[in-house]
Amino acid sequence: MANNITLTIDGHQVTVDHGTSILDAAKKINIKIPTLCHHEDLCVAGNCRICVVEQVGKQTLTASCATPADNGMIILTSSPKIRRARKDIMALLVSEHNTQCTTCYRSTNCELQILSAEYNVDNSIYMSVLKDGDCKIDKASWSVEKDNSKCIRCQRCVRTCAEIQHVNALAVTERGKDMKISTFMHLPMNEIVCTNCGQCITHCPTGALTERRYYDEIWAAIDDPKKHVIINTAPAVRVALGEMLGYPVGTRVTGKMVTALKQMGFNSVLDTDFTADLTIIEEGTELLGRLKDALVHKKQVSLPMITSCSPGWIKFIEHMYPEHLGHLSSCKSPQQMFGALAKTYYAEKMGIDPASIVSVAAMPCAAKKFEANRPEMRDSGFQDIDAGLTTRELGYMIKQSGLNFQDLENNSFDTIMGESTGAAVIFGATGGVMEAALRTAYFLITGRNVPFENLNIMPVRGLEGIKAASIKFEKCLPEYSFLEGVEAKVAIAHGLKNARVIMDQIVAGTSPYHFVEVMACPGGCIGGGGQPIPTTNEIRQKRIDATYAEDMGKPIRMSHENPEVAQIYAEYLKVPLGEKSHHLLHTKYRKRNRY
Amino acid sequence: MTQKPKKVDIIFSPYSVAPYQILKDTMKRSKEEVIAELVSSGLRGRGGAGFPTGMKWKFATEQKGSVKYVICNADEGEPGTFKDRKLLMSVPRKVISGMAICAWVTGSTEGFIYLRREYKYLVNDLQKEIDIFKQHSKEVGLNFNLQIFLGAGAYVCGEETALIESMEGKRGEPRNKPPYPIQDGFLGKPTVVNNVETFASASMVCRIGATEYKKFGTADQRGSKLFSISGDSPKEGVFELELGMSVEAFANEFGDGDTKAVQVGGVAGFCVPRKDFAKAIIGDGNTTGGSTMIFNSSRSMYRVLHNYLDFYAEESCGQCTPCRIGCQQLLKGIEAVKKGEKPAEYLDQLLKLSESMRLTSKCGLGQSVTNSFSSIVTNFREEMIF
Amino acid sequence: MADTKELINALSKKHGIERKSLLPILQGIVEKENYLSKDSMLEVAKVLDISAAEVYGTASFFSFLDTKERGQYVVRVCKSMTCDMKGKEEILSTIESVLKIKIGETSQDKKFSLLETNCLGLCEEGPAMIINDDYFVKLTPEKIREIFGRYLRNEI
Repeated sequence: MANNITLTIDGHQVTVDHGTSILDAAKKINIKIPTLCHHEDLCVAGNCRICVVEQVGKQTLTASCATPADNGMIILTSSPKIRRARKDIMALLVSEHNTQCTTCYRSTNCELQILSAEYNVDNSIYMSVLKDGDCKIDKASWSVEKDNSKCIRCQRCVRTCAEIQHVNALAVTERGKDMKISTFMHLPMNEIVCTNCGQCITHCPTGALTERRYYDEIWAAIDDPKKHVIINTAPAVRVALGEMLGYPVGTRVTGKMVTALKQMGFNSVLDTDFTADLTIIEEGTELLGRLKDALVHKKQVSLPMITSCSPGWIKFIEHMYPEHLGHLSSCKSPQQMFGALAKTYYAEKMGIDPASIVSVAAMPCAAKKFEANRPEMRDSGFQDIDAGLTTRELGYMIKQSGLNFQDLENNSFDTIMGESTGAAVIFGATGGVMEAALRTAYFLITGRNVPFENLNIMPVRGLEGIKAASIKFEKCLPEYSFLEGVEAKVAIAHGLKNARVIMDQIVAGTSPYHFVEVMACPGGCIGGGGQPIPTTNEIRQKRIDATYAEDMGKPIRMSHENPEVAQIYAEYLKVPLGEKSHHLLHTKYRKRNRY
Repeated sequence: MTQKPKKVDIIFSPYSVAPYQILKDTMKRSKEEVIAELVSSGLRGRGGAGFPTGMKWKFATEQKGSVKYVICNADEGEPGTFKDRKLLMSVPRKVISGMAICAWVTGSTEGFIYLRREYKYLVNDLQKEIDIFKQHSKEVGLNFNLQIFLGAGAYVCGEETALIESMEGKRGEPRNKPPYPIQDGFLGKPTVVNNVETFASASMVCRIGATEYKKFGTADQRGSKLFSISGDSPKEGVFELELGMSVEAFANEFGDGDTKAVQVGGVAGFCVPRKDFAKAIIGDGNTTGGSTMIFNSSRSMYRVLHNYLDFYAEESCGQCTPCRIGCQQLLKGIEAVKKGEKPAEYLDQLLKLSESMRLTSKCGLGQSVTNSFSSIVTNFREEMIF
Repeated sequence: MADTKELINALSKKHGIERKSLLPILQGIVEKENYLSKDSMLEVAKVLDISAAEVYGTASFFSFLDTKERGQYVVRVCKSMTCDMKGKEEILSTIESVLKIKIGETSQDKKFSLLETNCLGLCEEGPAMIINDDYFVKLTPEKIREIFGRYLRNEI
């Protein structure tokens, strides 16, 4: 419907497409209307009512987010009536809120706090109606903390969990004064069907949903001279951490981040990218094995094979498709590969007692915290990763150290396990794992580079929910002659809603793909549940652009060319999927309850 | 001398005709003619919002698509209202006839009577009547599959979009409007939702004709209206009255001689104090569902208001800020003033709050809290404080 | 649990397995089992293929879809204005003393639960109450003792 609508907002005429909300029409002429329940990723709720405007001729005020613009409408976005009403709404929200902002993790990054100041709301307007029962914080999950006393019932988390992730772990429960955002029968977050993706956190306007924080424990380890504390930082952290530290969105801060971490006292600052490259070798070998089994040995194998880097996705498939776990690559995620190698290979090479190593992972992710605590992730003989930090926590730790981040010099990661390639860097963006895998696989199979300019496989990039592509193998090396003429079909899904589409095809037996990349979060890890807040599509795109820029700046851009990867196979792992790999780098999945 | 309320006998009239004769006769006319008759009758919705029924049906006929629904809103939850129960008990045939005529006119083949859970004891008799209807509808070749949908206990489901949400298996939370049910209702299809009394009245308009129907009531409010009368009255019950009488006339007829206030339109309506009896006209946009509760001088208006606010705090769906928190604040606020924990001036703050609730709430529930709140607090301020 | 499964299976056959079948199915369970247990809600989630949180979120919205354990007879006393005017308090306290339970409680033998409810639409005959689906009006303490006497003697 392309027919245009013309209306008047604060005296200015504006023409918008049919179906545009009054809120968006106002935005078009740079009039900002306050919002709380509104989020551009989500469907319209219209329940906080802070965005009310005056529609001339109407007795009541109009929720601008939930009302489509109509021809001839005359709208006022600021008037005594509106200001009074909005102030009352803010005062009401505050009266239901635990206003101890000084002890709130989201303080200074809280939409309620900002509006409360704008509308000059204090605690004395109305009496507190905060319920005692809401003041107990649910800290049962390794990943997500839920504090009902900070909840404003905007339902952004509920809509996120439903619309973006198709999980519906969070729901609106009860009614009236008892209405709250909760779980099935108010069970703690660790007992429900939750993927720990943390998207609810990044969509929460307040401190009601936050990641469980571990940085005090990490400081304690750093302060303990008997501990050797190492940190591996994920590719998506370096393109978003800057947002926590005063840089514009999309700024790469890799070198300064390394310096900061060294100055904070980490004994070694390493790169998750190293094990991302390793993942490509292991996972690529696994895929080629499956293809050979299917094509040469005519065996029944699970195809498509699906990536296993994203722990939110792993828990999702364990809950939702427990009968189809065979499609997952057995590779651990780069974080967990890193952890297993840190307390074995690294300890050996560096001559350090693995018992004294505290291995920290800085991740864009909430689910990584849960993953680190999976009982199966102890193949080194210790807990492989001791603690996972989000980008947000890392930002706060850096601030806490008193470093003037922007003035820090750039530094390189330490060795060993600090070397990476551009292929590993792009793991952070949706389609990145696929692109990295194709760069290496194509080379291994044909002895030539992928037939894309500058190795940039554009069809697998971008924010489209599901991307499909194919690549034909011709003039294969003798070892891979079974792939001669084969057109490999691949797909990339990000956001669990899209993962569900892929899985439903598999269940129905109609999936045309050989290899699929799935990331739990929209945009991939750069849009992860542990990333700076807010995250919108515009922000995702900027982080993605930064990611590919980082790739282009790398001297080596294919995983199999990473010298440290070559070294670890030569000195330690011997061969991909070998006995050591099998023990340290691969894992098994478990069936979980679906409901 | 005030005029006595005029009793009317349309909806409960015996009008001895054969079963579903109204439907059969109506179906012999053209659909356009029937709609014109309804529009001309001036019949307005009897649930609360008072939308002209003929217009609603006309819009429904104009909606494209082969699937349309007709829903009878029998989720009568307004405190002090029980006329729909009486209607369904005594003249269900008129209600069903009205629904069937609506289905025929609008081209709907599916219909539901959304019966509140509290009235489950009506299901058996109502189902028997539906079975009788089915034989007759078959006879005239009307394809209209009518079923009972039982509510599950939520006042707000009387709001039509909340009602539809609950029928779809969801929480009964009102939707954003537009779109209205007439465009995008049950399962996304055009849906006519009318109150029990509206359907009964519509069938009677078809029976007696608009000209006859229009003889009753005022220019604004045509026809008769059912009133549920309860409280301090020797004549509690359901009465069919002509609209346009003063509260004074009403109190004289139905009060116990010591009437202090009349709550017109249920909790969502206004509380009229004695001093305003002469000038307040019942039917001046304050009838809502026809609930009238009569209070005599022994009643504490603080207790009345407290009861209302307790009701609202529980029955608000909770989704929108002003209604969810506002209702709690009003309740807590009058308690605090009564106990002396807040000064009497706090009532003024609460009055402003109730006005904000009216301006900003998502649906009629939150928007109407101010009606009873401000009328009681303003007129019985001393009772709130001492 | 086997019975619950069978019941839900039968209800889903009758009402369907679409989202719009949710309320009738939940009502069918409450009719047989007096309330919605954790297991029954999980089973409904499975049958309708929706999340358990959504089942609970929907059920907990409605007053008659109890998610707390209730007795065989759920007594709901109307607390709205006219019933209040006509002596609801006395009725409630009489029931409390007859059944030896307070509002919100269920008797030890799981026979009775006592609740307050908003307007039952029986205002002209208040005070009123319903016990499961049956209604009782113009209540007096004597009438209460007589009614519950019959329930207690299993005459109803």
